[in-house]
Amino acid sequence: MSDIKLQSKTPDGPLSEKWTRHKAAIKVVSPANKRKLEIIIIGTGLGGASAAASLGELGYNVKIFCISDSPRRAHSIAAQGGINAAKNYQNDNDSVYRLFYDTIKGGDYRSREANVYRLAEVSRNIIDQCVAQGVPFARDYGGMLDNRSFGGAQVSRTFYARGQTGQQLLLGAYAALNRQIAKGSVKSYTRHEMLDLVMIDGKAKGIIARNLVTGEIERHGAHAVVIASGGYGNVFFLSTNAMNSNCSAAMQCYRRGAYFANPCFAQIHPTCIPVHGDQQSKLTLMSESLRNDGRIWVPKKIEDVEKLRKKEIKPSQIPEEERDYYLERRYPAFGNLVPRDVASRAAKERCDAGYGVNETGLAVFLDFSSAIQRLGEKVISERYGNLFQMYEKITDVNPYKEPMTIYPAIHYTMGGIWVDYNLMTTIPGLYAIGEANFSDHGGNRLGASALMQGLADGYFVLPYTIGDYLASQIQVPKTDTNHEAFVEAEKQVREKIDRIFNIKGKQPVDALHKKLGQIMWNYVGMARNEDGLKKALELIKELRKEFWSDVYVPGENSEFNQELEKAVRLADFIETGNLMALDALNRRESCGGHFREEMQTEDGETRRDDENFMYVSAWEYKGKEHDPELHKEPLVYETVHLSTRNYKD
Amino acid sequence: MKFKLKIWRQKNAKTKGQFETYNIENVSPDTSFLEMLDILNDKLIKEGKAPVSFDHDCREGICGMCSLYINGRAHGPDDEVTTCQLHMRKFKDGDTITVEPWRSAAFPVIKDLVVDRYAFDKILQAGGFISVNTGGVPDGNTIPVSKENADESMDAAACIGCGACVATCKNGSAMLFVAARVSSLAKLPQGKIEGAKRAKAMVAKMDELGFGGCTNTQACEAECPKAISISHIARLNREFLCAKIQE
Repeated sequence: MSDIKLQSKTPDGPLSEKWTRHKAAIKVVSPANKRKLEIIIIGTGLGGASAAASLGELGYNVKIFCISDSPRRAHSIAAQGGINAAKNYQNDNDSVYRLFYDTIKGGDYRSREANVYRLAEVSRNIIDQCVAQGVPFARDYGGMLDNRSFGGAQVSRTFYARGQTGQQLLLGAYAALNRQIAKGSVKSYTRHEMLDLVMIDGKAKGIIARNLVTGEIERHGAHAVVIASGGYGNVFFLSTNAMNSNCSAAMQCYRRGAYFANPCFAQIHPTCIPVHGDQQSKLTLMSESLRNDGRIWVPKKIEDVEKLRKKEIKPSQIPEEERDYYLERRYPAFGNLVPRDVASRAAKERCDAGYGVNETGLAVFLDFSSAIQRLGEKVISERYGNLFQMYEKITDVNPYKEPMTIYPAIHYTMGGIWVDYNLMTTIPGLYAIGEANFSDHGGNRLGASALMQGLADGYFVLPYTIGDYLASQIQVPKTDTNHEAFVEAEKQVREKIDRIFNIKGKQPVDALHKKLGQIMWNYVGMARNEDGLKKALELIKELRKEFWSDVYVPGENSEFNQELEKAVRLADFIETGNLMALDALNRRESCGGHFREEMQTEDGETRRDDENFMYVSAWEYKGKEHDPELHKEPLVYETVHLSTRNYKD
Repeated sequence: MKFKLKIWRQKNAKTKGQFETYNIENVSPDTSFLEMLDILNDKLIKEGKAPVSFDHDCREGICGMCSLYINGRAHGPDDEVTTCQLHMRKFKDGDTITVEPWRSAAFPVIKDLVVDRYAFDKILQAGGFISVNTGGVPDGNTIPVSKENADESMDAAACIGCGACVATCKNGSAMLFVAARVSSLAKLPQGKIEGAKRAKAMVAKMDELGFGGCTNTQACEAECPKAISISHIARLNREFLCAKIQE
């Protein structure tokens, strides 16, 4: 079933030598030739910023585009808990192999062995790099780097900077980027949004972008284009993603021929602040690091649940023996530190059974009282102070006194643009890095691994692998943006914008986006089944019609127009939602974050089907009128022994 | 809850702006300030009027994108929060709320409540980094950093670059912003080497871009959503002085 375009290009040789051998085998570009080559990077989060800085340092001419007013706003900044690296500083028998194995297993055996091993290998360099850039990682009293534990691992390998690790890592990459901008090797286009990929002779050659301040439509040419625009979690409207996070750049590439891989793999994070009402615009994550010291529970007795909902008692009044620490009960070996998908489903199971602890019935407790008793309030405050403050500001409840209430929410998407071992998509010259690609996390990402992957791709993988392609482009002159392909792409972008304005319907963009979110959460959320997914596909079809006939976008193109920005993005979210439902319907197995109700064990755990689904699904766009075509990249496990994930013993 | 909103409206950088008044009802006290503006915009769009433009993104107080001068205070009446973390329960039912953009010569208005803060990027480009390339760096534990210094560096690094300090300062000074970066790097052995040079370059850029001087009113510290201490300004001055002496 494998496909001519789906060559993973995984190098030969033993797992631990693949990357070294590959680096020795690929071509490099001389400094004199680097100066002649241009690279466009879309997005300035950890992946985009680290890649832009590193490629600028190498001497390439880089243009970066971000939709915010500064590269520093990218949503990587919101990552709280930490970044994994196989340093074994704690002497707890960690190793590259163990990080690799935990990641493959955590991903429920749906990622590529060679990619994941490389990720674990370069993880160690990332920490060194960030320290050199001045990232203020937490230190112990001897001045050494400190670690904490995260879900899905039995060693302590997570490096952190209070509860603001993503911010500090991004400030490091952004500083490196600023240094290159000052030197002139990187040109920064802020408040610019990519609206199409331009291809000439089958190769990625540039983009069409909109200046979000003036509305001007611009053409930018290059020898290669890198998509680092993040994931598609906002398909659900309510998610932990930033409001402006979107998947339009990825969808433009998909429509131009890049395959989209594993769209149904979306991660639902177990510890978010529960939904309070329909005026809500986004969900706030409470870092997974809290599960180091917080214990998750619901009452054992339904009477206590009712009293809590009526606010007749406080959670702290329920005695220890009346509490059901359900993760510790079900998964003794990992307890509160099971992977995210497992913890999320367990919370849903308790709430579905009627034990949800707030008025909506969709909440469980995350309790710090035993940790505070054991370590004292000061230690807890040092570890999680800013998270506790954030929680109190949002909910008006003091988590030092009463447990937090939490519920799962959409957080991250493991699926993304299909890439080979070089991070190149099925379009020559087009690369995808970070959350925008699909490669490393399989069916479920472990905590503190997104930061690791974004920086691995940007600092240590792409700068090498892109040279292999660009070495063949050194004779190719600067891309001519007057080429017919640019003219045509720009025309299409203008027509699309005009079409959206001309609908002049009645519904604001957000109202339609909320409808999409409802469909996705109800039928393509934490638990999926065949009937529901078919229903979702029907509903999305109707919503697509509704959007294209009834959306209302005020104002005009030639101004700062946030409603227009949202409308263009929503059109793509609708298509992504459709793709997610199609993929979820096709994948008739339960695996990682993808839970098909038809496929579960007697005790409600996921039932994988390795015989029929041990492949990456890669979807090819076939035009507006047709369903996309499914291609399969078989997953081959040379090193790891496949087994059922077990976090019980 | 219900509120009367007086909001600054300005079509673009070239036109003059003015306040417009809007009434809003049925707002839950658990709604955040930006969600309240979402509700207003939903209403305005349905009435065929232009919605209010405002910057926002993460809505959890870390990206630094949201701004807003609310009832004369940067990020509104609550302490140590950004506007996105401000909730309507902090206001009284029936309150009149005045909403303005950041006011500073260095931050020109783009539209309504949206301002251009690219000047901050330019200051950091002038020297807010450690000159190190990717690769070829020592192991992260080669140089120990005392916990105290790492913690102090982190305190300063908590700056989210929102611009509240500039908007609050009567001189429109960016001293706290610059000091936070200079101090964060100066507290680490890796950043010390370029400390004096960095301070000089960033201060020079700040002056060039039209930010005012610091007269120690401490207003910036009071309004900083991340409670960045003005003690970092003292450290910046020290680094700056060192640079001058070296000359």
